[in-house]
Amino acid sequence: MKDLNLTVSDASRLLRKGEVSSRELTEAALERIQQDNGRINAFVTVCADIALRQADEADRRLRSGEEVSPLCGIPMGIKDNLCTRGVRTTCASRMLENFVPPYNATAVERLLSAGAVLLGKLNMDEFAMGSSSEHSIFGSVRNPWDTSRVAGGSSGGSAAAVAAGLCSFSLGSDTGGSIRQPASFCGVVGLKPTYGLVSRYGLVAFASSLDQVGPITRDVTDCALVLNEIAGHDPRDSTSVGRDTEDYTSGLDRDGMKIRVGLPKEYFETGIDEDVRNSVLKAVSMLEEAGAVSGDVSLPSTDNTIPAYYLISSAEASANLARYDGIRYGYRNPGARDVEELYRMSRGEGFGKEVKRRVLLGTHALSAGYQDKLYSKALKVRRMIAADFAKAFESCDVIAAPVYPTTAFRLGEKTGNPLEMYLGDIFTVGVNLAGLPALTVPCGLDRKGLPVGIQLIGRPFSENLLFMAGRAIERRMGRLKPENSGNMASDAPAEG
Amino acid sequence: MEYEVMVGLEIHAELKTQTKMFCGCRNEFGAKPNTLVCPVCLGMPGTLPVINRTAVEYAVRAGLAMNCRISSFSRMDRKNYFYPDMPKAYQISQYDLPLCRDGYVEIYIDGGWKKIGIERIHLEEDAGKLVHDPGGKGSFIDYNRCGVPLIEIVSRPDISSPEEAGAFLEAVKTILEYIEVSDCKMQEGSLRADVNLSVRRSGEPPGTRTEMKNINSIHAVQRAVRAEAGRQIAVIEGGGRVIQETRRWDDTRGESRPMRSKEEAMDYRYFPEPDLVPLVMDRKWLEEIRKSMPELPASRQKKYMESFGIPAYDAHLITQYKSLADIFEEAAKVCGNPKLVSNWIMTDILRRINEDGNFLTASCLDGQKLGKVMAMLDRGDISPVSAREVLDIIVREGGDPESIADSMGLKVQRDENLIAGAVEEALEQNPKAVADYTSGKEKAFGFLMGRTMAILKGRADPAQVREMLKRRLESLKE
Repeated sequence: MKDLNLTVSDASRLLRKGEVSSRELTEAALERIQQDNGRINAFVTVCADIALRQADEADRRLRSGEEVSPLCGIPMGIKDNLCTRGVRTTCASRMLENFVPPYNATAVERLLSAGAVLLGKLNMDEFAMGSSSEHSIFGSVRNPWDTSRVAGGSSGGSAAAVAAGLCSFSLGSDTGGSIRQPASFCGVVGLKPTYGLVSRYGLVAFASSLDQVGPITRDVTDCALVLNEIAGHDPRDSTSVGRDTEDYTSGLDRDGMKIRVGLPKEYFETGIDEDVRNSVLKAVSMLEEAGAVSGDVSLPSTDNTIPAYYLISSAEASANLARYDGIRYGYRNPGARDVEELYRMSRGEGFGKEVKRRVLLGTHALSAGYQDKLYSKALKVRRMIAADFAKAFESCDVIAAPVYPTTAFRLGEKTGNPLEMYLGDIFTVGVNLAGLPALTVPCGLDRKGLPVGIQLIGRPFSENLLFMAGRAIERRMGRLKPENSGNMASDAPAEG
Repeated sequence: MEYEVMVGLEIHAELKTQTKMFCGCRNEFGAKPNTLVCPVCLGMPGTLPVINRTAVEYAVRAGLAMNCRISSFSRMDRKNYFYPDMPKAYQISQYDLPLCRDGYVEIYIDGGWKKIGIERIHLEEDAGKLVHDPGGKGSFIDYNRCGVPLIEIVSRPDISSPEEAGAFLEAVKTILEYIEVSDCKMQEGSLRADVNLSVRRSGEPPGTRTEMKNINSIHAVQRAVRAEAGRQIAVIEGGGRVIQETRRWDDTRGESRPMRSKEEAMDYRYFPEPDLVPLVMDRKWLEEIRKSMPELPASRQKKYMESFGIPAYDAHLITQYKSLADIFEEAAKVCGNPKLVSNWIMTDILRRINEDGNFLTASCLDGQKLGKVMAMLDRGDISPVSAREVLDIIVREGGDPESIADSMGLKVQRDENLIAGAVEEALEQNPKAVADYTSGKEKAFGFLMGRTMAILKGRADPAQVREMLKRRLESLKE
């Protein structure tokens, strides 16, 4: 039997040669989901009928000889906070358990137009609030490398599904690290694009000024291929940027990069696991081998990043989640006797604990008498953080940083202590506050055999440079794969 | 004890854009409930607003018309509160950076002009409408109005009487109609006002103010101001203190009742709307808008009073409707006698407007035609009665006034033979009156004049007829 668990670029090559059909790829993926999803809990909805129909349509396009996207016929999974027409979009919340959107998110629409095949929807932290994908009505996502551990979050399902070979690529969303951190925990590649590069239309909003949609893939080239499809101006999203489209795959395998790599000294000082630090520094030396020079930079506002992030994201969330009132759609307690009670009961029962915590925090941060001390002050810190990055980029082109202080932690390890969970986001949230692009690439294993990722942060719209740097590391590292992930691909890194 | 009343109005006007403020749904009144909605205006998960450029333009027009500074940088904010007619549970509005600031509107009151300051004009979206089942079976929500663009015009507390409040609201309404940004149909709720009011003893600092919400007519605003000022004065005179609160005005009862106190005031938790980029005014665009502005009612009224010598009352009334003022100016130019035209408008045309609310839009009358009729009247070519007959036809069917007057034989007869013939006929038919006159009863002249004019069917210059009749009768005396 053919091995059909492939990267996007390999699958695309075989599809074009006619050596494999999209139907075969899709059926194989559905079979793997059936086999392995019970163990990983990545997919919360599988839409096999739709997928097979789309696969047949993709095969027709491939056979017709028309110019098709490299994603045509490739099976994908979509995080369950991106709206999919006719397929329920739950945000892993009781509130939206039965919500079926009549529209597609723009990013999803673009992938479907390119001919990608929708296998189903991926598990996550409720409303994308969390760093472990444990806050879900569907239960926790488990890390394919060690199922007693978390897959990271909030796009845990998106990262675990790609790592376990349940789909060729997936979309996630990143508000404070939600693509990069699970990608790192699961040993795959994840990109948080520059704010405004990818349309947010149809992404169920968590914190509008921070949210970005991005790809999670097995390698850097795939990541660039997916970004090629989803990037670009969308008239339905005022914050999406009108720019000329570029080919993000161009020049990825060029070595001899004359770039300067900055290491934020605050990120390496304390509270970071030895193995994580060493793996990241080893990846930096790989960049040097490829022609880069490295040096220290400083991000002095680092200590204030977490409070600023949690105030701003929760403030925006408190407004964004106010619409779930039980009146037009979503969960409604049928017993309510008046409007006040309808709100209280529907929201009280429809939202999980973590969501309620953030809504309360955000409401408080915006309240009269507190707004100046909390929300407005956080906005000031946000400007300082952005200024820190801008200053750092005067002396470097790419910032190399850890993604998370540790590798994947155990299920349940942090759920009892929300604050500890929040503090772990220290290396990722600054990027969102500053609106910058950042790429996670696997860069090694810790002594427990768990993957470590490096985070490459760039200036706005420098995604192509990040891919080049990421690819330089990837070429030297080889791709990581979990040993016990069942029917996994032959996994030689695709050169050239 | 003398009291001063300080009133500020907050006026909400729906903008008559073709589509809603943040989506492509049609902006229309009176459609079947929930037929003008889409995922965006229903606030469905994941949807995003995109601002309607025309709504911004209309708000800018309103700002320019009310002499405001237009902010080169402003932004939208979220105003958070739960209500079933608000699908996002926040209203997209403007908080600390409104589009327009620091303007004024001139009102004509008690024979003079008074400036009422405009603190700000901001853009926001309207909410839907709750419909309560009269049978008590529950409530329904119509989201058609949800997302319709609104401007809120906030005046300074420069208004000091019910009459001024009415005049101000009327002036704002007229301006908005002139610049064609709002239908201002108060009965449909497209224009509504909140009244902020406080009283103080002369010379003392302002008292505590109350707010009355959603008042739907100019008359009701006047009544509410009068009643609330009276209530507050009575409270103070009775040794009490006015408390800061929001009150609901009940126009049928003619009284207001408390709605919520300051302590219960909502905390709207305003913050910048992250789904929209700041509004940065393009200078060139602003200039284009400025150039497209029409002359406004106050300026026209002043011109009519000063250059044409038209009485203030008439000038004010004529400028209340832009199309009427347009007709007036055109007609005055064609005819050359603005006073005659304004008199005619004040009597004949306003009567027609009062009889038919759609007169100005539906009739075939325009400034050219009215001007030509007035010119004929001014030259004495037709009588006032004939002028009215010609207008009747023009209003219904249009056409050229001269040819209508000709074809109906309405033109004044100046043919001396014809008039002389009519005089002879009148004298022959009324020998007794002739005898009375010749014997010195001058009164009989009026009767004979009337008869002669009747024979001429009124289509003669009365002066000429009078002159000829007199000459003929005097000749009989000799």
